[in-house]
Amino acid sequence: MSTALIFYLFAGLTVASGAMVVSARNPVHSVLWLILCFFNTAGLFLLLGAEFLAMVLVIVYVGAVAVLFLFVVMMLDVNRAELRAGFLHYLPLGGLVGAVLLGELVAVAFAWRPSESAEGLTRAPQPDPMQVTNTQALGHLLYTDYIFLFQTAGLILLVAMIGAILLTHRRRGGVRRQVIADQIARSPRSVELRKVQSGRGI
Amino acid sequence: MFEIGLSHYLTVAAILFTSGVVGIFLNRKNVIIIMMSIELILLAVNLNLVAFSSVLHDLVGQVLAMFVLTVAAAEAAIGLAIIVVFFRSRGSIAVEDISQLKG
Repeated sequence: MSTALIFYLFAGLTVASGAMVVSARNPVHSVLWLILCFFNTAGLFLLLGAEFLAMVLVIVYVGAVAVLFLFVVMMLDVNRAELRAGFLHYLPLGGLVGAVLLGELVAVAFAWRPSESAEGLTRAPQPDPMQVTNTQALGHLLYTDYIFLFQTAGLILLVAMIGAILLTHRRRGGVRRQVIADQIARSPRSVELRKVQSGRGI
Repeated sequence: MFEIGLSHYLTVAAILFTSGVVGIFLNRKNVIIIMMSIELILLAVNLNLVAFSSVLHDLVGQVLAMFVLTVAAAEAAIGLAIIVVFFRSRGSIAVEDISQLKG
C-alpha cells in the first residue's frame, strides 16, 4: 500500500516534469524540470532495488549532465521567441505521432508475457540483497565478466573529454601568453649578473 | 491498482519516451531542447532495463543501463561542445542554420 503510494508519487512527478521539459517556455526552466525528472527516476530505481544506479543517476545526470546543460543554456544568449516559433504549428502532427507511439508502447507493456524458458536464460542471478548489496554484486559482475566493456566505456568517456576540449578550445588574439619553450631557449647573454656596490648605481 | 508490477514501470517509461519524441517534434528550432529530449528518451530506456532486471532477478540489465548512462553523458558533452562552437561562429543555435554545416 505505502509502496504503491510512493510509486505513484515518483511516477507522477517523473511524467509531469518530463512533459514540462519539452513544453516550458524558458530553456532554463526546461533544465530545472529535467533535474526534477532525474531525481524522481532515481527514486523509481530505488523502489526497484537498484540502489547503485539510483545514486549514479543523481551524481552523473544531476551533478554533471544537467549542470552542463544549465551552463550552456545560460552562456548562449539566444533569442527565445524566435526559437519557439512553430511550436503550435507542429503540435497537431507531434501530438498525433506521440499518441500513436504511446498507445503502441502501453499495449505492449500490458500484453507482455514472459517466455516459459525466460528463467533459464538468466545470465547473472541477483544475489539475496540481505547478504550481498546491490553495489557489491554489480561490482563483482563489472570487474569480472564485463571488464572489457567497462574499459571500453572508460575509453569512450576519455575520447569524449578530449573531443569536447579540442572543439571548444581557441586561441585568442591580443593576449600575452607564457611560452615556456621560448623562455628556456633564451641565450645566456640576454641576462647578465653584476656586482653592485652599495650606495651606487650601475 | 495497489499491486505495483512490471507493467506500471513500463507504462511510466513509455510515457517518458513519448514525451521525448514529442519534444523533438515540437521544438524543431532549439537544439538544446532537442538534446534534452534525447536525454529523456535514454532515461526511459534505462528505466525499462532496470525494471526488467529487477523483475527477472538478472543483474545484466543494470550493467547495460550503466553503459547507456555512460554513452548518454559522452553524447551530451560532445553535443554541447559542438553547439558552443557553432554559436561562436554563427551567433545562433537554430536547427535550420545548422543544415549549412555540410561540406
